[in-house]
Amino acid sequence: MSDLLFELFSEEIPARMQAQAAADLKKLVTDALVERGLLYEAATSFATPRRLTLHIVGLPPSQPDQREEKKGPRVGAPEAAVAGFLKSAGLASLDEARIDTDKKGGQFYVAVIEKKGAPTLDVLAEILPATIKNFPWPKSMRWGAASAEANPLRWVRPLHAIVATFGPETEEPEIVPFEVGGIKAGNVTFGHRFLAPGALKVRRFDDYVSKLYDAKVVLDPARRRDVILHDCKDLAFAQGLELVEDEGLLHEVAGLVEWPVVLMGEFDAGFLDIPGEVIRATIRANQKCFVLRDPATGGLANKFLLVSNVLASDGGKAIAAGNGRVVRARLSDALYFWQTDQGPLPDFSASGKPPLDQRLEKLRALNIVFHAKLGTQGQRVDRIIALARELAPKVGADPEKAARASELAKADLVTEVVGEFPETQGLMGRRYAELQGEDAEVAAAIEEHYKPQGPTDRIPNAPVSVAVALADKLDTLVGFWAIDEKPTGSKDPFALRRAALGVIRIILENGLRLRLADLIDGALAWHLTEPDPEIDALSAREYLMTVKHLDIAVGLAKRRRTERGEIVAPTGEGYLRAAGVEGELKAFFADRLKIDLRDRGARHDLLDAVFALGGDDLVLIVRRIEALDAFLKTEDGASLLAGYKRAANILKAEEKKDGGGAFEAAPSGDLLVEAEERALFAAMETATAEADAALKAENFEAAMQALSTLRAPTDAFFDKVTVNADKPELRKNRLSLLSKLRRAIHLVADFSRIGG
Amino acid sequence: MTQNPSALDPKKSFQGLILTLQTFWARQGAVVLQPYDMEVGAGTFHPATTLRSLGKKPWKAAYVQPSRRPKDGRYGENPNRLQHYYQFQVILKPSPDNLQDLYLQSLAAIGVDSVLHDIRFVEDDWESPTLGAWGLGWECWCDGMEVSQFTYFQQVAGVECSPVSGELTYGLERLAMYVQGVENVYDLNFNGLDGDARISYGDVFLQAEQEYSRHNFEAADVKKLFGDFERAEAECKALLAFGERDDKHLMVLPAYDQCVKASHAFNLLDARGVISVTERQSYILRVRELAKACGAAWLKTDGAGLVG
Repeated sequence: MSDLLFELFSEEIPARMQAQAAADLKKLVTDALVERGLLYEAATSFATPRRLTLHIVGLPPSQPDQREEKKGPRVGAPEAAVAGFLKSAGLASLDEARIDTDKKGGQFYVAVIEKKGAPTLDVLAEILPATIKNFPWPKSMRWGAASAEANPLRWVRPLHAIVATFGPETEEPEIVPFEVGGIKAGNVTFGHRFLAPGALKVRRFDDYVSKLYDAKVVLDPARRRDVILHDCKDLAFAQGLELVEDEGLLHEVAGLVEWPVVLMGEFDAGFLDIPGEVIRATIRANQKCFVLRDPATGGLANKFLLVSNVLASDGGKAIAAGNGRVVRARLSDALYFWQTDQGPLPDFSASGKPPLDQRLEKLRALNIVFHAKLGTQGQRVDRIIALARELAPKVGADPEKAARASELAKADLVTEVVGEFPETQGLMGRRYAELQGEDAEVAAAIEEHYKPQGPTDRIPNAPVSVAVALADKLDTLVGFWAIDEKPTGSKDPFALRRAALGVIRIILENGLRLRLADLIDGALAWHLTEPDPEIDALSAREYLMTVKHLDIAVGLAKRRRTERGEIVAPTGEGYLRAAGVEGELKAFFADRLKIDLRDRGARHDLLDAVFALGGDDLVLIVRRIEALDAFLKTEDGASLLAGYKRAANILKAEEKKDGGGAFEAAPSGDLLVEAEERALFAAMETATAEADAALKAENFEAAMQALSTLRAPTDAFFDKVTVNADKPELRKNRLSLLSKLRRAIHLVADFSRIGG
Repeated sequence: MTQNPSALDPKKSFQGLILTLQTFWARQGAVVLQPYDMEVGAGTFHPATTLRSLGKKPWKAAYVQPSRRPKDGRYGENPNRLQHYYQFQVILKPSPDNLQDLYLQSLAAIGVDSVLHDIRFVEDDWESPTLGAWGLGWECWCDGMEVSQFTYFQQVAGVECSPVSGELTYGLERLAMYVQGVENVYDLNFNGLDGDARISYGDVFLQAEQEYSRHNFEAADVKKLFGDFERAEAECKALLAFGERDDKHLMVLPAYDQCVKASHAFNLLDARGVISVTERQSYILRVRELAKACGAAWLKTDGAGLVG
């Protein structure tokens, strides 16, 4: 068995692309090998800022031989057919073909084509350059004199050297013979750019890794991350401080260095007046450094950790000092932004309103477009205010506070700090709101209305925050649905899946009894569905007075009445669009809820069983699923399910004979002759009534408990009663009884969708 | 007068830094040019870069370019931000294989020692929407400070670069602050002398920063600037039409001047805050159209290597 060592040595690869590139390299080469019949034992890939490396262990020396039999024409076939056969099979004459006899006794030619497997080295010489030429970099480039020629090699940055050796452990490996873009594959790589820039002759992966290490290159990114994290913690500990861990930053800096050296820098303690999040954002975004927490104060310390790529001759003093200087300059900017945001805004201070309100005025005045078809940020703010005010009483919030928080929620987008560090949006709004004396619930809602941002983010539970968070997300969802910009496949540029999941989790976590249809219609009613240039000058409120909006509102009202059984012919495009958005969005929420519940361990079939009942009160749906899950785990539940399945199977078979719906009529008491069927009938009367009452009280456990009393009579029925009785009227009546049982059980869930 | 070696020392004087870089790149065979005599936002706008990076003809040039960014004015009160500063620009076509090494050698020449300092190439893809240009490369960090921009041009003026040029842009003030160990740009020693003979960056430029900040934000005549933009745009188009001769072009450079003028008028209007978000895009597009037309015309000239 032989191993491959493959290294692509280039100018600095962007940190964010390295992990994916290493994974792609492995997949492309191993897939191509397997496709050519070459199986391997193990493959690993690595990335540093200057190299991508692939190590494949346990490849055979050559492809397996292949033997193929090709059926030809019958003996005595016309010359043209024979010639075609010889050509396609690669035979010189019919002497090389065999003659077989088929079942009917006819004779025909057979060519046996034996293909010798190619040496793996040759296969690699074909696969490796093809992989390089077709590498899926997110962005690639041309360079040098070759870039003037047709079809030049493209790589993420200029490619300088290729190592490709192949051979068994016991022997000197061979160099895979190929050349790409004027670079010949060989066995020479290079060490650290500054610390050991010389050429390194390598044989196989083992000596490659150790020679690189001696030349100050840690090949494995996981190891570089370990070194950085470990050294960061040590240095922090030595100063009595704690590292503020940052996984994303750790990955990034590990992709910026081949030889990580952690150093500590310092800034003036006066800068600690700036909010910690802003300091962290500044130092992280601009300098890619870690910040430290002081356990004594709970706040940040005036120190930071940087990861250098070199072990400097002065121990890193100049490097730490230089970084410190840049951090100070950046923090001066941040301090300036933070203070500027608290002051009056030129051109908007005449109103005498507080600073954040002046920013809101600017936001409106700038007419910043939220989305070309959904109007400006200002119009969006107006919609959110209206919707949050409406939602507030339903979630226990003060409508005026919800409106005020909505009003200020987006104002920080035009502050200096958020302009510089978009990731501090919301948080800065909260800080500035607190500074201008806004109500604490209002200030908190400004930050929390963006939450939850991801599956691990905190879910808001303060009522005002809940109202604004729901309003913000619903406005977005409904808007993008109305203009038909829905997520497709992996594309979700407006993070609509996240918004929907956010709505779901806020509702569930807070046990909010809201119907999705009401939420969607509520948001839709405030929405600009067809903004046009003429109404740009109008506020959203004014727009609401226009005919187009009324059309939607009227449409909704009409449909409500239709649902109550009054027949009203749908009219107008607005009606159709509103109905379409509501239906599609409800289905989208259902999908998100299913995925979320499944991720949290719920059984897929139980989700289907409950979702089949319809309904859009998420809290009830989830409670029903939980009750069902618990019920099926009991013995009563399991045997009721078994009884249900038996009844359903019989019904299915008999319905095939008599036609669907043949047994829907209520069973007749007069035709119940056996004691067991009378018992089941009676038990069903009681159980159904109890289950109905329990369902009305939303007590799913009790409903299922009630149905579980059917277990014994059902079992007895199947034991003693012959369903397919000779007398047709008895048969039909018994099947009707089973059908009634099926309907009764469907009251709590569609058991037909439950497996097992 | 006695000679003072500090006057030329890149670690002690701003002018010494510039002269050292010029000498370094002259030794590499670059034509050392003087600045383009128009107001531009970056060294890239010099026709020695924008136009010369188009076409097959090899080209190596280095020059200092005063760069104006009206919006970055801070009335001389910010130690790092200026509305007028200097870039040192190097353009090498085609990009040599050892461009990174040459760059590092140039840093060593001005006293940035890679044994003592942490020099890093951090991803930064460059794009100039106004020039219709983009390239891949890095910002070069020295101890965490961005001191240069390093780009392999892929497209300029809407034309695919063939071959690709390598472009280096040194932020001269930043580099000088670094090597001189100064925290405020105005404290930079300009001439390398001490005592009464010392001339600082502030002595030369502080008043200008204050006056131009006032001009850019408060006084620049908006109506006139809108007019300037329109006239330069019209003139550029007219000159391009005038120079069109079948498969050749005879008036690219004067037309390009007008494209640059339009771009600067736009920058000033932007600083005055009179261009809305949506309008902004359309102005950028209009300048880009001019740049693209100039680039297309350039390809029909000797400068692009079409002839000879």
